[in-house]
Amino acid sequence: MKQTVFSAMLPIGESLVVQKNRMRGTRRDGPRIAVVTGMYGDELEGQFVAFELARRLNDSPGDLRGTVDIYPALNPLGLSSHEHGVPQFDIDLERTFPGNPDGNLTEVLADAVFRDILGARACVVIHSSDAYVREMTQVRIDESPTTDLVDLASLLNPQIIWARAALSTSGPSLARALNARGCATVVVEMGAGMSVSKDSGSWLVEGILRLMERLHAWAGSTIALPYPRVVRGGNVAVLAASDPGLFLSYVGHGDRVRRGDVVGSIVNPLEGTITSEVRTPCNGLVFSLRTYPVVQPGSLLARILEEER
Amino acid sequence: MRSGVVYQMDVPYREPVRIRGFEFGNERGARTCAVVGSTRGNEVQQTFICARLVALLANLEREGMISANKSVLVIPCINPFSMNVQQRFWPVDRADVNRSFPGDAQGGTTERIAAAILRVAQTYEHGIQLCSFNQQGDFLPHVRISHQGAISDLSATIARDFGLPYVVTRVPSAFDEMTLNYVWQQHGTHAFSLYSKATDRIDKGSAQLVTDAVLRYLVARDILAPAAIKATGPASASELLHEVDLVDLRTRRSAGFLITTVRVGDRVRKGQKLAQVLDAYDTHVLETLQAPVDGRVFFMRTDSLVQQHMVVLRIAPDA
Repeated sequence: MKQTVFSAMLPIGESLVVQKNRMRGTRRDGPRIAVVTGMYGDELEGQFVAFELARRLNDSPGDLRGTVDIYPALNPLGLSSHEHGVPQFDIDLERTFPGNPDGNLTEVLADAVFRDILGARACVVIHSSDAYVREMTQVRIDESPTTDLVDLASLLNPQIIWARAALSTSGPSLARALNARGCATVVVEMGAGMSVSKDSGSWLVEGILRLMERLHAWAGSTIALPYPRVVRGGNVAVLAASDPGLFLSYVGHGDRVRRGDVVGSIVNPLEGTITSEVRTPCNGLVFSLRTYPVVQPGSLLARILEEER
Repeated sequence: MRSGVVYQMDVPYREPVRIRGFEFGNERGARTCAVVGSTRGNEVQQTFICARLVALLANLEREGMISANKSVLVIPCINPFSMNVQQRFWPVDRADVNRSFPGDAQGGTTERIAAAILRVAQTYEHGIQLCSFNQQGDFLPHVRISHQGAISDLSATIARDFGLPYVVTRVPSAFDEMTLNYVWQQHGTHAFSLYSKATDRIDKGSAQLVTDAVLRYLVARDILAPAAIKATGPASASELLHEVDLVDLRTRRSAGFLITTVRVGDRVRKGQKLAQVLDAYDTHVLETLQAPVDGRVFFMRTDSLVQQHMVVLRIAPDA
């Protein structure tokens, strides 16, 4: 059932409307689970997950025991205009939570969404990577995660659980605000910006169903992937560009590399020269890899999950 | 005056990003005050104010009015890469340089810039940043201070030396924690944000108010000779305001054309009509905003279109 979570008038005959799909199961007193995405207008992976999850639940209404609220588009203006943030506002919506009912429009929106989710047993926030880097499906949680949160995250079928001081979980964020109020919330990062990966999205949907099963909100079938790697920030090698130019990658996303391997080169198109070679400092798995080739000093090229061999 | 490149970064397809600084006074003297201008690509007024300061300080230095044992640094623009293509944020990844502090010398592009600026800026006892707001609007020129401990109590006291009408203290939220002003104060610098009337255009009148304020502050810190103050306009007796004391007027039930009937700085009386929201199809009045208190217009939105739930005016209430 479509419900309006927030609405605000725009200047010329239109309203900004945030909607959710409330799907009620057979048990009215069953747990409520929230699935939230579409916070940035160029992150689209969550759109497929929202669709596929709703489709699965529509197909098996008898298996749904609790309530699932799917919020596919927290930033409808950004999604409709391919803008990362909320058009007209310089404020990062993710940094606005828990919101402010007396603030400007985006803060009032954040407050309305936050209050709507409160009371849920669990919340899954889905982000895509940006348009520059492709990511393996990973759950990012605070550096000192509780066992419960790692357990919850592992149900989602991620390839990696990364415990780090990431901006999406530390600092002001929806996940942090909800966790502080007792709603167990995990953040999924996956895929790439401006695109949809149906395979990754389908696995995540299976994972959300597993999470629902654990909370006694789902009695249907689920599929589990092998238990994910749980890594701490220190076990990840971050390769950043030291020079400007065009980055040519010699490895694939998900490849395993050995220490000293050349991951790629930064080249100079004007001079036809190689400016620098990028080598991996460790053995490991390439779980983040740059897809947009123009780089500046500091641009993320790859992240390697360290593995002993 | 000595000018130099504070930080340089090579970028693809364009000239290197060069962040220039202008130093006055004794280069081996106490690093007393640093002034940082634009961090975002649309902060034209903030860059202009700094450029005026560079010219004024160069003249005062020629006249021997800068202390022999102190130095001042002015960095008019730390984001020429965005300014030259007229984009507010970093054009590649839309990062906000002013929310990249304290930065990381080995981190992402804007974090590297932030780290380089902070490395220099934190060596000064006093720091002045020229800021803009995240909404289109005009401010009454004022000094703003993050209120987060003993240093900000002292900062609030000496902020009166700017001679601007208001000193505003703000308890920082988590959203502020990556700004230069916040991090500067964390590193023990008396950090001030100066807001003038405009952002993406030059407003010479308010630019003059701000350059005068900075010169007065430098005189009060014995960086400039007292005679330098002759070149400035009259100082105001600053009123201390806590940001929470400002009274907001917002669009509660409408959106459309915004018509304001006052200007920033105007005195208003309780009940006075200050703005109206008009229907965008036939201009009938949807909402009238009245002053809830006596006071002065401190901030006014300048966009002609307004959404629902937007702050249109902020009133500094009379004491």
